[in-house]
Amino acid sequence: MTAQTLVQAEAVTARPGRARRQPHATTSAWLFIAPFGLFYLLFLVWPVVYMFISSFYDTTLVRSGFGNFIGFENYRQMLTSPEFWSALWHTIQFTLYTVPPLVILAFVFAVLANRVGRGQTLFRLAFFLPFVLPSAAIALIWSFIYTPESGLWNSFQSLLGVAEPTPVLASPTLAMIGIAVTTLWWTIGFNFILYLAGLQDIPRELYEAAAVDGASQWQQIRSITIPLLSRTTTLVVLLQIIASLKIFDQVFLMTEGGPGQATRVLLLLVTDTAFTDYRVGAASAASVLLFIVILMVTLVRQVVGRGQDRREA
Amino acid sequence: MSTETVERVRRRPRNGVSAAAPAAPDHIVGAGTSDRAFTVVAWVVLVFCAVLWLIPSLWAVKTSLTSNSTSAVGAGPILTDWSLTLDSYTTLLSEGDLWNWYLASAITSVMTVLLVVVFASMAAYALSRLRFRGRRIVFALVIGGILIPPQVLIVPIFQELNAMGLLNTYWAVIFPQVAAVIAVFVFKQFFDGLPRDFEEAARIDGAGFWRIYRSVVLPLSRPVIGAISIITFVDVWNNLILPLFVLSNPKLMTIPVGLATVQGSFGQRLSDIQASAILGALPLVILFLIFQRRIVEGVAGSGLKG
Repeated sequence: MTAQTLVQAEAVTARPGRARRQPHATTSAWLFIAPFGLFYLLFLVWPVVYMFISSFYDTTLVRSGFGNFIGFENYRQMLTSPEFWSALWHTIQFTLYTVPPLVILAFVFAVLANRVGRGQTLFRLAFFLPFVLPSAAIALIWSFIYTPESGLWNSFQSLLGVAEPTPVLASPTLAMIGIAVTTLWWTIGFNFILYLAGLQDIPRELYEAAAVDGASQWQQIRSITIPLLSRTTTLVVLLQIIASLKIFDQVFLMTEGGPGQATRVLLLLVTDTAFTDYRVGAASAASVLLFIVILMVTLVRQVVGRGQDRREA
Repeated sequence: MSTETVERVRRRPRNGVSAAAPAAPDHIVGAGTSDRAFTVVAWVVLVFCAVLWLIPSLWAVKTSLTSNSTSAVGAGPILTDWSLTLDSYTTLLSEGDLWNWYLASAITSVMTVLLVVVFASMAAYALSRLRFRGRRIVFALVIGGILIPPQVLIVPIFQELNAMGLLNTYWAVIFPQVAAVIAVFVFKQFFDGLPRDFEEAARIDGAGFWRIYRSVVLPLSRPVIGAISIITFVDVWNNLILPLFVLSNPKLMTIPVGLATVQGSFGQRLSDIQASAILGALPLVILFLIFQRRIVEGVAGSGLKG
């Protein structure tokens, strides 16, 4: 959700302010802001501060207070533990499996749906409806499809003549792919909708002119649609990367990080460290590291976005 | 609100084409043979993929309408046995757990929506209309807040709710989600675009800021209130990670947390499992069918992604 709104924010602040000072506005303004501000401070600012502070303490779930200051010990532990690196790798693996298909397929679906014009309601229903459903329902549906041997997927493989189809979620190599496929099915609608909105902004005359010049459909897509959608693509790619880095629900629900450690991702490591091992300080250090990775992606988006603005200006 | 904001985001040179205009079918533009062939291919690919996308849901529906004993055998019998039954649904709806989950999800979602709509719109009104010291800083904080992924804060939020003694109450699910910075932003954007004539008139009549907000601005804001309400509702209803850790009392579980326990507790009652997935998703399916356009626009406009 982040990046796009930030761009909007810039556009808004850039607008010349209608400076008209009103009497007593300051008191009223703070009264208007106070209720939301309270929740903002309590449930956004303080948790961030708490996370940073406790990452330097041996805070635990069983004792109240921060505990003892231990400097960078939590970070040292995390950065030297194979568990952390494997969780980081699985998170990256999931991101690599999901971002390309989620972006490319969403683009293809949107371009095609925009071309055929009719049937948008049907396609929106098929591609977008899963996105508004709870991850828990999605996980039940897909775990059932992946049921070893008797499930839909293995049965389909048998039908195609695969002698002994591998149970997807029980296989260390296939489990993450299975979760990625589920995620693709579940969330593609979001990118599809963003691309459809972007497509409607492309002036029709460009295609008309190209058609008059004898450009084929493929040429039109390559030299009009793709370049003019570059901003949407940047947005979609970075929102997707951020969403994929935050993966938790599907893994928690479908494999609980298994088999073995094969699908244990960072957020799962964070919650396990805190709620199973009671090591809040260590969990906070891991959260801070994940937080920094996500923040870096957001900043990349800002830099890229600004570059695009300059080129277009 | 959506398409306009998306367009504003892009800040493309004006092209004279309204972003809100419905997409006219492109094949009208050039009617060459290659164009027609392309349209045919597009149809075939799209319909094929749409059907592919519908299979998992349809499979779950079919399984839920098949008896537990049949679905335990495997995919073949589920496909071929068409003696449909509502047994799974009647079992689930008479067991009672599901009603508790519905209740918890409904209470937490509706309360969060109410608080978000009121508090976020108030803050946004101040940011949009009142000039005051610190306004820029407050706005910068709002924007900064958008950068923070709340899932990553689950451990500190748990600790805080624990210290407040709110664990295992609905408030534990509601309060953290009231800090929806994005809502303030979307409201402010909307207010910035509202004409000020009515407010000026109300001010001349002696109305204070609260009156103006209550009786002039809010009534004009129905579309944005609707969009924020629906998006917030869907977000809260679907949130798994927060209720999962702050509610351990089975009576208070929301739909996602309840569904997460189903696989373990139902064991081989595969039809019942699929029926519970469908019942858990059903309110959102209905919501989607009613408010399809508004949800799509809200998502496209704010770029909200869980």
